[in-house]
Amino acid sequence: MSSPTDFTIAEARDALAAKKLSAVELTEAHVKAVETARPLNAFVTETPDRARSMAKASDERRRAGKVGALEGIPLAIKDLFCTEGVRTTAGSRILGEFVPPYESTVTSKLWQAGSVLLGKVNMDEFAMGSSNMTSAFGPVVSPWSDPKGNRRLVPGGSSGGSAAAVAARCALGATGTDTGGSIRQPAAFAGIVGIKPTYGRCSRWGIVAFASSLDQAGPMTRTVRDSAIMLEAMSGYDPKDSTSANKPVPNFEAALTGEVKGLKIGIPKEYRVDGMSPEIDDLWSKGIAWLKDAGAEVVEVSLPHTKYALPCYYIVAPAEASSNLARYDGIRFGLRVAPQAGEGLIDLYERTRGEGFGREVRRRIMTGTYVLSAGYYDAYYIKAQKVRQKIADDFTEVFKKCDLLLTPTAPSAAFGIGEASNDPVAMYLNDVFTVTVNLAGLPGISVPAGLSKEGLPLGLQLIGRAFDEETVLRAGEVIERAASFKALPPFRVGGSL
Amino acid sequence: MAIDAATIAKIARLSRIRVKEEERAALAQELGNILDFIAMLDEVDVTKVAPMASPVEMTLSLREDKITDGGYPDKVLANAPESSHGFFVVPKVIE
Repeated sequence: MSSPTDFTIAEARDALAAKKLSAVELTEAHVKAVETARPLNAFVTETPDRARSMAKASDERRRAGKVGALEGIPLAIKDLFCTEGVRTTAGSRILGEFVPPYESTVTSKLWQAGSVLLGKVNMDEFAMGSSNMTSAFGPVVSPWSDPKGNRRLVPGGSSGGSAAAVAARCALGATGTDTGGSIRQPAAFAGIVGIKPTYGRCSRWGIVAFASSLDQAGPMTRTVRDSAIMLEAMSGYDPKDSTSANKPVPNFEAALTGEVKGLKIGIPKEYRVDGMSPEIDDLWSKGIAWLKDAGAEVVEVSLPHTKYALPCYYIVAPAEASSNLARYDGIRFGLRVAPQAGEGLIDLYERTRGEGFGREVRRRIMTGTYVLSAGYYDAYYIKAQKVRQKIADDFTEVFKKCDLLLTPTAPSAAFGIGEASNDPVAMYLNDVFTVTVNLAGLPGISVPAGLSKEGLPLGLQLIGRAFDEETVLRAGEVIERAASFKALPPFRVGGSL
Repeated sequence: MAIDAATIAKIARLSRIRVKEEERAALAQELGNILDFIAMLDEVDVTKVAPMASPVEMTLSLREDKITDGGYPDKVLANAPESSHGFFVVPKVIE
């Protein structure tokens, strides 16, 4: 038997069902893995005691014949999901020692399905970033490294801790959230699978809000099948989220038929951006060939407003963030920085927020405040909302001609920690292929599809129609099989450390 | 678009974020770059386009007007930096 930390979720499910090992044994192996992988800084809070007691309860349920879809499966949870009784930080100092008195809907569903909490994983502060460098708890180090030397790489972001934990074999799966690419880009950088479902598929209740019209939760796993299993457990209508979709949740695993014959795959010509590296272009061509070989029809399509997606996003997201993050006032929960003698309540707010928020978050709140302020609201915010409609309309048009879109996930492989430009606009370009999907509310998956010339993972993205995750997953699995991505990160539990 | 230090100070105040004097110039530069970048949207013709507030077209459902949650002030106050007698405590706000 291979090491339990090398299992996929589907394999672990079978091994548990066949009584080859217990949930307690599976969890114990992962608790040790989390400890071993501490140099990656992937976890903000480890919860070994809770993991052990949840695993024990899982074994008892199994003995009683009650087996959930994720029975006994150890997971890492992005530290943006509120977990009852377990500190939740959102990667920020401003939440201080906040311990939620309630559980997010998505994590409640995961526990109801039988899974086990290993701990809370690191992330860019308030999910604002593409490198995990903005976390108040320090950057996450990718388990992948530059074969040439000591260059430490970013795991991507904002769900960087989730990606690193899954790739390094600390957890069988992890939750992520995706506002502009925060599931798909780190999945691509870490050589794993990540899907952002349709807006409304997963409840946002109990997830610390960044940009409410863009945020969606989704799974990050080592295979497409595992993502299908986990996504099904996370999905479903929730009256506590007014934008949650009241639609039945399909059996996503059953959608993995391996069959794409007759599907029409659109290749958006505007995604062939200037300066895209030839290896990304080659990978994209390979993806096209794989789908053609499997019987799909490939057509070139046009999404004419693609280049306006990033500027549109950098108005809409900061505007919503400035509004959402107004709640961090130092009064009701989290950090409070006391005013000095002669100062008043406003000074308390300003000192708390000035010291509690990191640089990127402060900049985004201020950008959002500016574009929403008197005299600029129409010129920036309303204009961006109109452009957003045009971007969504582009997708509506192309989905009359094709069933899915195939694109690269990110314009490059992972970059080094500290190598990123100080220019925020340059950093924002990481989201160029992913952000359109959030603006239009569509499902998108990243599947590991190859390696860069430096030996680093690269991902391909499939975008589908709203609420058609089944086709996205089905074609994703076809790419996964064709790519046969077997590369392993140099740093992983059970591997050479 | 150039942003000056006075504008930064004004936005900082609106945002209720204290920005140190020495950080203002760099912040003005970065914000200026972001505004230059988003100015690209001026190229798009949006006449007769309605602003899109949400990616899903849905009518918000009404719920019955009754209390379904609450009654646990201890839980509500559990994370407060300062509380007393079942209330949040703030600095003196009345002169």
